[in-house]
Amino acid sequence: MTPILSLQSVSKTFTVGAHEVRAVDDVSFDVAKGECLAVVGESGSGKSTIANMILGIYPPSEGTISYRGTVLPSSRELSHRRAIQLVQQNPLSSLNPKRTIGASLRLALDVHGIGERSRRWERVGKLLEEVGLPADYRSRSPATLSGGQRQRVAIARALACESEIVVLDEPTSALDVLVQARTLKLLNELKESRGLTYIFITHDLSVVRNIADRVAVFENGKLVELDTVETIFSNPADPYTRGLIGAVPVVTREEEALRTSLTEKENNANA
Amino acid sequence: MKRTLAILASNPLSAVGVLLIALVVLSAVFADFIAPFPEHRGAVVDFVNFNKPPQWPYIFGTDLVGRDMFSRIIYAYRISLILGVVVLAIAVPIGVTIGLVAGYVGGWTEYVLMRITDVFLSIPPLVLAMSMMGLLEPTLTNGMIAVTAMWWPWYTRLVYNLARSEKEEGYVLAAEVIGASKLHVMFREILPNCVPSILTKMTLDLGFVILIASSLSFLGLGVQPPTPDLGSMVAEGAKYLPDSWWLTVFPGLAILIAVFGFNLLGDALREILGVEQ
Repeated sequence: MTPILSLQSVSKTFTVGAHEVRAVDDVSFDVAKGECLAVVGESGSGKSTIANMILGIYPPSEGTISYRGTVLPSSRELSHRRAIQLVQQNPLSSLNPKRTIGASLRLALDVHGIGERSRRWERVGKLLEEVGLPADYRSRSPATLSGGQRQRVAIARALACESEIVVLDEPTSALDVLVQARTLKLLNELKESRGLTYIFITHDLSVVRNIADRVAVFENGKLVELDTVETIFSNPADPYTRGLIGAVPVVTREEEALRTSLTEKENNANA
Repeated sequence: MKRTLAILASNPLSAVGVLLIALVVLSAVFADFIAPFPEHRGAVVDFVNFNKPPQWPYIFGTDLVGRDMFSRIIYAYRISLILGVVVLAIAVPIGVTIGLVAGYVGGWTEYVLMRITDVFLSIPPLVLAMSMMGLLEPTLTNGMIAVTAMWWPWYTRLVYNLARSEKEEGYVLAAEVIGASKLHVMFREILPNCVPSILTKMTLDLGFVILIASSLSFLGLGVQPPTPDLGSMVAEGAKYLPDSWWLTVFPGLAILIAVFGFNLLGDALREILGVEQ
């Protein structure tokens, strides 16, 4: 089966003044449809550069990125933009403060001509309901929503294009812990119901364990390890990966049992 | 609305600004009803009542050909306001568009557009307007053209800087990733976030445009007689100071009130719209 996304010896070099910085160095990996690939690494390890190249914000200096077996050109066609969407880290800046939630969501429908013009507003409401927000939020301004709610809107916007691949750039790191857990749950549900493929960029390994199928570990622009979550956590091959996992605060089974939990009803009331 | 009133109440100067501008605008709009001698805006001669100090019915006195100063000042406000509005109506869209394109597109486009803007900014405004007026016939229309030519670069600068910082916001990236056109990103995403700053500057500038236009006509390069104009009235009256003081003081005060009022109003607007300085 052809992978939905494939990176072949991708490199990216930035010129900063007289210096050349190799942000991504000869990286190859495949992403299968329906999987969640976590991309982890420290800041400056090249994980955001990888994400930006996948999204077509800038082309790779060397190598190719293919979507369903087709090599993506350096300037993207609309259909490729539609297929690969983004959820950003900071929900405070990712929604235009001067436009309503509905206008921000509708943009995706208008640009790609999705649905009949007269029914798009209705469709915006359905998208909001799909991420657990009331449909009438579409006429609200982003300032009236909480961080978690805004992140849900940002997720709805990524879904609006009917995209297949969603690049999640640290989508939960700006949220508090409770909202973080609920957002991850929503992302997992949407992945199942829509058959989405996730590329989940994060430095938070506890989040990785919750959502990812495979993990790609980056160090200084190089892919140092790529394996299933189980293997990475139980038997990391690379010393850098071992260091990263060693840095995660450990929760034992005893501690786990002491954790408070919310009932389904309480959860919904908080959302 | 509540917030607006609260800000106006907490800052008495803002309220003064609103009041002054209301006075200026209302008198300009309803000049035909307020002016005791509407026909005095034109070439009327009344040698019986010439050069009279303030007295009833000439509350601001009369000029050297016997025309009521109060009526002429009110009509001069009308012309000044029309000039200010027309100048901004042309200069702002031009300046804003160039600033948006330069700030958002970047690269060579930015370089070329901003260097052209800098050339205009490097010439002292009054000198630029004066040299243009030297080439053109001194009429109201040409006065507007001259002032417009020196005004747009300030909006380019303002919007260029705003666009450059807005460009880094996540919502611009989001629109780009969706595949929205450059036009959409510039005019529908970035521009709405620049509107409060633009509006504030426009309000402040209305006063300054009136001042510059008056300076031009003071130098004899603006509106020509018999059309009433605050600048030329001051220039004309200055020859007869200090004896016929009302010929200079009242038009001068009229300029002061307009400029001061628009400044106070601009400051109030800055606070109401939450624009950072």
